[in-house]
Amino acid sequence: MSSTSNSLMDSLFQRSLEDLIKGLRLQILGESTFISKSLDEIRREIKQTDLSTKSIALQKLSYLAALHGVDMSWAAFHAVEVVSSSRFAHKRIGYHAIAQSFNDQTPVLLLITNQLRKDLNSSNEYEVSLALECLSRIGTDDLARDLTPEVFTLLGSGKAFVRKKAIGVVLRVFDKYPDAVKVCFKRLVENLESSDPQLLSAVVGVFCELTTKDPRSYLPLAPEFYKILVDSRNNWVLIKVLKIFSKLASIEPRLAKKVADPICEHMRRTVGKSLVFECVRTVVSSLSDQETALKLAVAKIREFLVEDDPNLKYLGLHALSIVAPKHLWAVLENKEAVVKALSDEDPNVKLEALHLLMAMVNEDNVSEISRILMNYALKSDPLFCNEIIGSILLACSRNSYEIIVDFDWYLSLLGEMARIPHCQKGKEIEHQLIDIGTRVKDARLELVRVSRALLIDPALLGNQFLHPILSAAAWALGEYVEFSKTPYEIAEALLQPRTCLLPPSIRAIYIHSAFKVLVFSLGAYFSAKEPTSSPLVPESTTSGFSSVNGFTYKSISSLLNMIELGLCSLSGTLDVEVQERAKNVLGFIGMIKHEIAEKVTSQDSETEASRAIAFMEDIFSEELGPVSSTAQEKIPLPEGLELKENLEDLQEICREVLEPIDDSKSTSFSPSDKISFSIAKLRIRDQQEASSSSSPEPKSAYLLAEHRKRHGLYYLSSQKSDDHNDSNGNNNNNNTLNEYPPANEISVDSFNPKKKMNQSKPRPVVVKLDEGDESKTKPDASSNDEPLSRAIQTALMGKGKEKEREKDNHERDLDSGVNEQSLRRDKKKKKNGEKRSKHRSRRRRDEEVSATKPVEIPDFLL
Amino acid sequence: MIKAVLMMNTQGKPRLAKFYDFLPVEKQQELIRGVFSVLCSRPENVSNFLEINSLFGPDSRLVYKHYATLYVVLVFDGSENELAMLDLIQVLVETLDKCFSNVCELDIVFNYSKMHAVLDEIVFGGQVLETSSAEVMKAVEEISKLEAASNSISLVPKSVSGWRGR
Repeated sequence: MSSTSNSLMDSLFQRSLEDLIKGLRLQILGESTFISKSLDEIRREIKQTDLSTKSIALQKLSYLAALHGVDMSWAAFHAVEVVSSSRFAHKRIGYHAIAQSFNDQTPVLLLITNQLRKDLNSSNEYEVSLALECLSRIGTDDLARDLTPEVFTLLGSGKAFVRKKAIGVVLRVFDKYPDAVKVCFKRLVENLESSDPQLLSAVVGVFCELTTKDPRSYLPLAPEFYKILVDSRNNWVLIKVLKIFSKLASIEPRLAKKVADPICEHMRRTVGKSLVFECVRTVVSSLSDQETALKLAVAKIREFLVEDDPNLKYLGLHALSIVAPKHLWAVLENKEAVVKALSDEDPNVKLEALHLLMAMVNEDNVSEISRILMNYALKSDPLFCNEIIGSILLACSRNSYEIIVDFDWYLSLLGEMARIPHCQKGKEIEHQLIDIGTRVKDARLELVRVSRALLIDPALLGNQFLHPILSAAAWALGEYVEFSKTPYEIAEALLQPRTCLLPPSIRAIYIHSAFKVLVFSLGAYFSAKEPTSSPLVPESTTSGFSSVNGFTYKSISSLLNMIELGLCSLSGTLDVEVQERAKNVLGFIGMIKHEIAEKVTSQDSETEASRAIAFMEDIFSEELGPVSSTAQEKIPLPEGLELKENLEDLQEICREVLEPIDDSKSTSFSPSDKISFSIAKLRIRDQQEASSSSSPEPKSAYLLAEHRKRHGLYYLSSQKSDDHNDSNGNNNNNNTLNEYPPANEISVDSFNPKKKMNQSKPRPVVVKLDEGDESKTKPDASSNDEPLSRAIQTALMGKGKEKEREKDNHERDLDSGVNEQSLRRDKKKKKNGEKRSKHRSRRRRDEEVSATKPVEIPDFLL
Repeated sequence: MIKAVLMMNTQGKPRLAKFYDFLPVEKQQELIRGVFSVLCSRPENVSNFLEINSLFGPDSRLVYKHYATLYVVLVFDGSENELAMLDLIQVLVETLDKCFSNVCELDIVFNYSKMHAVLDEIVFGGQVLETSSAEVMKAVEEISKLEAASNSISLVPKSVSGWRGR
């Protein structure tokens, strides 16, 4: 009794959707409690047998789901119940809920097939419309397949209201069930000749979507589209047809010539800006080889640029950026407008103007444009400022710094960028500083100068966005210390107290650079003392500067003391990376310090210290080159290497083996070697470590052999690895082979004689790696929905033949040339060949897709 | 294709939200908030287009129009024309204006069902099917009539049979 009275209360005093909305509006704070209370009500009401109560509950739920993010997937079954009501109002609520909340995974989806079929066959056009709308939103493979006959019938409906929606739903049906093409395609195509603008608009819209996905299949329909392009005066229809031709013309250049005239005609005639813009976009993106059309389009763009309407200004700039890569003159003609747009208040306009400005950059104007842009960057908001910096960096580094002639200028520009307050492009600047250092020998002096200026400024350490740049500067100073006039000052800067603000990984780079500075200074000191003992050393180390030879005992020992003082506090740091680096340097200093003092008195050149220093100098003198981004791929996969083997038990093996190693290490090696495990983490390739790891070799070789014996599975074939062991001395060579490109791959920029004439200063040599520098372009994926393309092509092939016959009758009227005739016959032959090979492997298919595929376009179009 | 039609007021409260691809409700709310946060930072008298790839994926465009307290927003892909979409917003608003004679935010708040009836006649599964507001009005009026008719038959039998049953 109580339950029936409850249900009665529910249906009699049910809140309508309007009540719910009113209630929601009264809540100032506790909106969510009100919603959850309403949800409880809805849950109760939706279970009632009375369909009116149920449908209102469902409607309220739909509302809450759409605007308040309430989940309604639990009510899927109730939506199916409501939709089966015979009353139109309920049906509408039900279909609305289904379209809103169902997806392919909804379990009750299968239950609506029959309901949809029933409503598609309804005599009430508005019920049919509801079902079509629903199908177009949630249609699955199964629904599309099962309801294809109904869609076919509706495509022939006499009521435009129904037919246009049936046309619209075809898109979803083809997408989900390509075989529907066999049934529906003919009727769909027939609508292209419809005189009803509603139907034409719908069908052209469908073909626009289909063509976007797979243009090639729809080439045979070009004549139909062409007719619409010429005859139609409806902007909506024309825009869609233009989009279709934009796609078709990019794969069939002869079509471009044919459609250029009517498109120009529209551009001259129409006042509708949307249509003019679509014409312009079609011309600049697909017909840019048609001179008259392009000129007219650029003229229209200029009209857009001088308009007050920011929308037109933006779209005009956008169109210019499409045409820029192929026809830069169009941009140059509008240079003033572009520069002016840079200070527009509209961020979109500013951004487009920036892109265009960067498109105009070449080696003659790069410094001028960069100068203008840097001024804008200083004045702009952080977002646009970084856009500017990013675009300068991108434009200048393109193609291994193609447009940069004066690297000294560019490096100082990079230094300036680092000091722009909003600059957040540290990572990219870091990369370019190091990249230029390794690629352009002649720029290293300036690189050192710029790096020094960055490094000695303690204020910069406070900005975390600059840390990557500082890391690059520190590395450059260490690596190219021979160009520096004041090693002492640099070492001081590298170890200044504020470096504690840096993250440990960058601090480690600082310490390592200080180490390099130290080794260099010591080397210079020693070689200056004993010019007779090793005549080669001074030449090689002092090639940059002779003044560095002016190290006295006093200055070198104060350098040593300063470094020692700076590092001793770091030897206890928590971060192992920093700690290890610091300990390495301190160990080195400890080893040589007393001997330096002795050296002043003794004249013995073969001290341990001088040998150690010569050794370290050797290590650091190896020049680091740029690494091709594809270097890894060039290494052939060793035979017998198992990459897909299950490695689960490896963990256990490791635990078992690692412990003895740890033990043996601590007992048999000096403490300074203790941490040499983290080598792999170091960011800078470090040959010092490489050489030191060769000393514990006998012991580890034994362990390795043991390990190999037990777990041979994870090793390369034994012969190969033995080779590796035997030629231990060649190990370094192997490494360098991977790091440096083989000689035949380095191509050196040859000077362009024409350029050289007007340059006061020759462009320095930039080391380039042939393929490695450009990111690989992915091979074109063949059309993504193959079944549909195939179905369409089959459908059109039949049509094509039909037309062929027709055309043979009217051959004379159409006045087709003999050449084109034979061309067509060739194409037909190819097509037959393709048919036969259809069942061959997929790879073969792809090849054919990428090759020019036979398409039939009636001759009068070409 | 049109990906979404949104209306929200200048406080960011959604008033109409329709996504033409299935999205979980949480994602829908996230997108609505994302769109609003970009819209509300736009100055007046600037272009009506927005870069929106970060929210809706590659090749997404957005046009919006600001009416008194409301933003009307369309999200679409490369098969639509930006200026035509701006016209479409105009068509939609004009139609609503005819429907509610001088439409205001409150009309939109309280006429959930009718709003969708109007929108569904213009945009069908993401495609623009109707751009004439007269045609839209004709269909919407028919739908209202049908709904009213089906509800009026329902009122009497529902209550009577409901009482008799017990």
